[in-house]
Amino acid sequence: MFRRSEQDKRPQVQIFVDGAAVAARQGDTVSAALLASSYDVRRSTAVSGAPRLPYCMMGVCFDCLVTIDGVGNRQGCLVPVTEGMQVEIQKGKREIGK
Amino acid sequence: MTMAPKREAYDVVVIGAGPAGLAAAATSAEAGLSTLLLDENIGPGGQVFRAVASTPVTDRNQLGADYWVGADLVQTLRASNAEIIQRATVWSLDRNLDIAVSVGGASAFVKAKRVILATGALERPFPIPGWTLPGVMTAGAAQTMLKSSALVPDGRTVIAGQGPLLWLLAAQILRLGGRIDRILDTTERGNYFAALPHAFAFLTSPYFAKGLSMMREVKAKVQVVSGVTELAASGDGQLASVSYVAGGKRETISADLLLLHQGVVPNVNLAMSAGIEHRWDDLQLCWSPVLDASGNSSIAGIAIAGDGAGIGGANAAVVRGRIAARAAVEALAPAAGAKLPSMAALRADLSKAERGRVFLDTLFRPSPQFRIPSGDTIVCRCEEVTAKDVLDAVAIGATGPNQLKAYRRTGMGPCQGRLCGLTVTELMAQARGKTPQEIGYYRLRAPVKPITLAELAAVPKSEDDIKAVVRG
Amino acid sequence: MTKNVDAIVVGGGIHGCSTALHLCLAGLKPVLIEKDYAGRHASGVNAGGVRQLARHIPEIPLSIRSMGIWEKISELVDDDCSFESYGQVLVAENEEELAVCRARVAELNALGFTHEELIDGAELQRLVPAVSETCPGGVVSRRDGAANPAQTTTAFRRKAEQLGATVREGVAASNIRYSDGLWHVDVGIETFAAPVLVNAAGAWAGKIAAALGEPVPVETVAPMLMITSRVPHFIDPVVILRGRKLSFKQFKNGTVLIGGGHLATPYQDRNETVLDWKSLAISARTVFELFPVMRDATIMRAWAGIEAKMKDDIPVFGPSSRHKGLYHQFGFSLHGFQLGPGAGAVMAELIVNGGTQTRVSDLGIDRFHPSTL
Repeated sequence: MFRRSEQDKRPQVQIFVDGAAVAARQGDTVSAALLASSYDVRRSTAVSGAPRLPYCMMGVCFDCLVTIDGVGNRQGCLVPVTEGMQVEIQKGKREIGK
Repeated sequence: MTMAPKREAYDVVVIGAGPAGLAAAATSAEAGLSTLLLDENIGPGGQVFRAVASTPVTDRNQLGADYWVGADLVQTLRASNAEIIQRATVWSLDRNLDIAVSVGGASAFVKAKRVILATGALERPFPIPGWTLPGVMTAGAAQTMLKSSALVPDGRTVIAGQGPLLWLLAAQILRLGGRIDRILDTTERGNYFAALPHAFAFLTSPYFAKGLSMMREVKAKVQVVSGVTELAASGDGQLASVSYVAGGKRETISADLLLLHQGVVPNVNLAMSAGIEHRWDDLQLCWSPVLDASGNSSIAGIAIAGDGAGIGGANAAVVRGRIAARAAVEALAPAAGAKLPSMAALRADLSKAERGRVFLDTLFRPSPQFRIPSGDTIVCRCEEVTAKDVLDAVAIGATGPNQLKAYRRTGMGPCQGRLCGLTVTELMAQARGKTPQEIGYYRLRAPVKPITLAELAAVPKSEDDIKAVVRG
Repeated sequence: MTKNVDAIVVGGGIHGCSTALHLCLAGLKPVLIEKDYAGRHASGVNAGGVRQLARHIPEIPLSIRSMGIWEKISELVDDDCSFESYGQVLVAENEEELAVCRARVAELNALGFTHEELIDGAELQRLVPAVSETCPGGVVSRRDGAANPAQTTTAFRRKAEQLGATVREGVAASNIRYSDGLWHVDVGIETFAAPVLVNAAGAWAGKIAAALGEPVPVETVAPMLMITSRVPHFIDPVVILRGRKLSFKQFKNGTVLIGGGHLATPYQDRNETVLDWKSLAISARTVFELFPVMRDATIMRAWAGIEAKMKDDIPVFGPSSRHKGLYHQFGFSLHGFQLGPGAGAVMAELIVNGGTQTRVSDLGIDRFHPSTL
């Protein structure tokens, strides 16, 4: 859906999405890194389980919710990637107490 | 930079580091007021100057000269004594000017003598059939990715809607080598006539020439369909096609990405949750705060600057930020105000920056069918409530957005009405034969952004609480 | 022009709506006057607890009467009000608290009330598996539950209107006066007159009573609540604590409501409240300790409803001690929601029959004498 412009010379940052390594760039938000990856990163909603991807990328729509380093319901579009970050795609209601 | 605020109290707390917030914080700090700027994003700039201090897009022409204005604002601010905290989410503000802010997973409370809200705008909801499908995003979303990560669309891409940002985005995508298959322009033909009386002001505004050349640049490379009157996205769990009607003729095209945009509206959540009075703006079709000429709201000590004060664009936002900060300086340290540009000069700047706005608002007034959906089209994305659901609730007694919550959970999901509020107001107003002002809006509540229970549990204990433990 | 009706009910909370509805069922034509809209304040935004558990003894008969109506709520208002009956559990956090529970249940049993049942740690774990294992037991009221308060109040209002009540929303009742054997109330440009006036104006009722010469010790309070995002189902009953301020309920949709009586600052004249986050943090800490599974849940929203709290924490309910045709129904002191359906039924009996089988005599306004104010 998206590709990186050749002029992007930022250093690479490796994150893990449901355990799989994904190459991101320093300064990417989690959501941008997910959308730039080749993986299926659709979450499913807590209400009906419908698939969703980020919609607004500016912190208002909450369709980018992901679990980051074990903390659920984070707005992926507001969080920058860091080396080794563990991202989980949320399916349905976010499990608690694990 | 993700440190908690250094103090418990400030003269001025500015919320939002877009054009208005950057200008306001710099002005306030230059006048010697203790100034805290809280911003939710990774870096300063807001949406229009998104990632201006870090963008990987190095060819300055690609993003345009207007974008780089933001770099100067950031530089000026950084040269001042203002304390700047990025990735700081303000989740509560009340009429006592108590602010709760989450930084790095921990919340802190700060108190201000004056608050300047510069929370900007968000894109107007565009509730067409299929707008929740993966692969449908806002134009602003694509622009955010382009500016901050140099990401461009590379699948079959359709851009639909209207307004200056849409053409700017299209030009930027093309300059960065991205792909656009078709642009579907939803501007109502009648709007051109309605806007004509206001055209003179626009012709003399700086937006005019730039806008025209950008449209030419885009139209030379992309097929543009104008007069689009219907629009729908479809696909099974993922966008597959976009269908539209133009000139009475329906067409369906395959698409991987649909970017929607029909203008921006004030981001009112924090202001409304503080209890600031807003009124329906019949021209801009949104809620705008009731403000005096200095941006002061109905709550003493809270001013609003930038697009959150009513859409005026980036140039106006900068001036409004300076005006609000100057008013704060006059109130808190009148002597320091002498160094600043006079209020009269600032107001003259503002009227220049606002020139042509009525023309744009009239020309790009979105059509009713793209604001007020029907049938199974989703209105509330979070709780998955359709237009029909809302109308059914109205039929059995729901009278306004707050009463609707008793029937449907519209606006009660995590986005707290940001993506459905305007639609619900207009839909209910139409169904009940009332004005949007009469129908009203959701009563918004803190936290305006969700916080974890653990984070709330960890906030500093109050004195009473400590006493209770000691007694217990 | 003055419109004559059978009764004027001031206040569109659950109590005013329920009384209006029951007056209609008794064949009367009331007018219901609400300055905002039905359920705008405490009735629409409370925790929705349908609770007989841990009530003050004088209001238990009214609570039991109400419970019977709750269990058939759909038949009354054609709406299930999202009422669910998974019981309410009072948790004792230590042996001392359990001893207080034991004494309480014994006291109720001696009075002939059997709805509260002492439970040990094992039964507590069975009912509320998520609760901390250190809690030694508590009390359960098994028929209790919870409902959606806004949905409920709206349903009562709707049904009352269907049965012939005149509803006026968005305009306050003013200039309340008695002349020629009738109560007169102005509502904007209209005037209503009736032989019966019911003061069910919630946080605003104390002023009405005082203006009519019956001042009572009442204050305006705004108990705070907060709700989480949807989380997987993990708890059925409503949980309240013996020692600390906490009530806790998970709805069918997965959201969890956290309350317990910490107060916001009410600005009654503006219909506004200012939340006290440091107090809400205490609630969060209590949940954090008691329900470790909740620690990662996100708080979506917090709010407070404006209502009346009596000095002795029990409502003012029944006929005026001074005026013919005047009835009071207010001051439910943070626990009036469950009582609403029953209180409306009993109030209608008092008005229509001049008496009721349900013991409410301890709730009268005559319990306050000038000397106690």
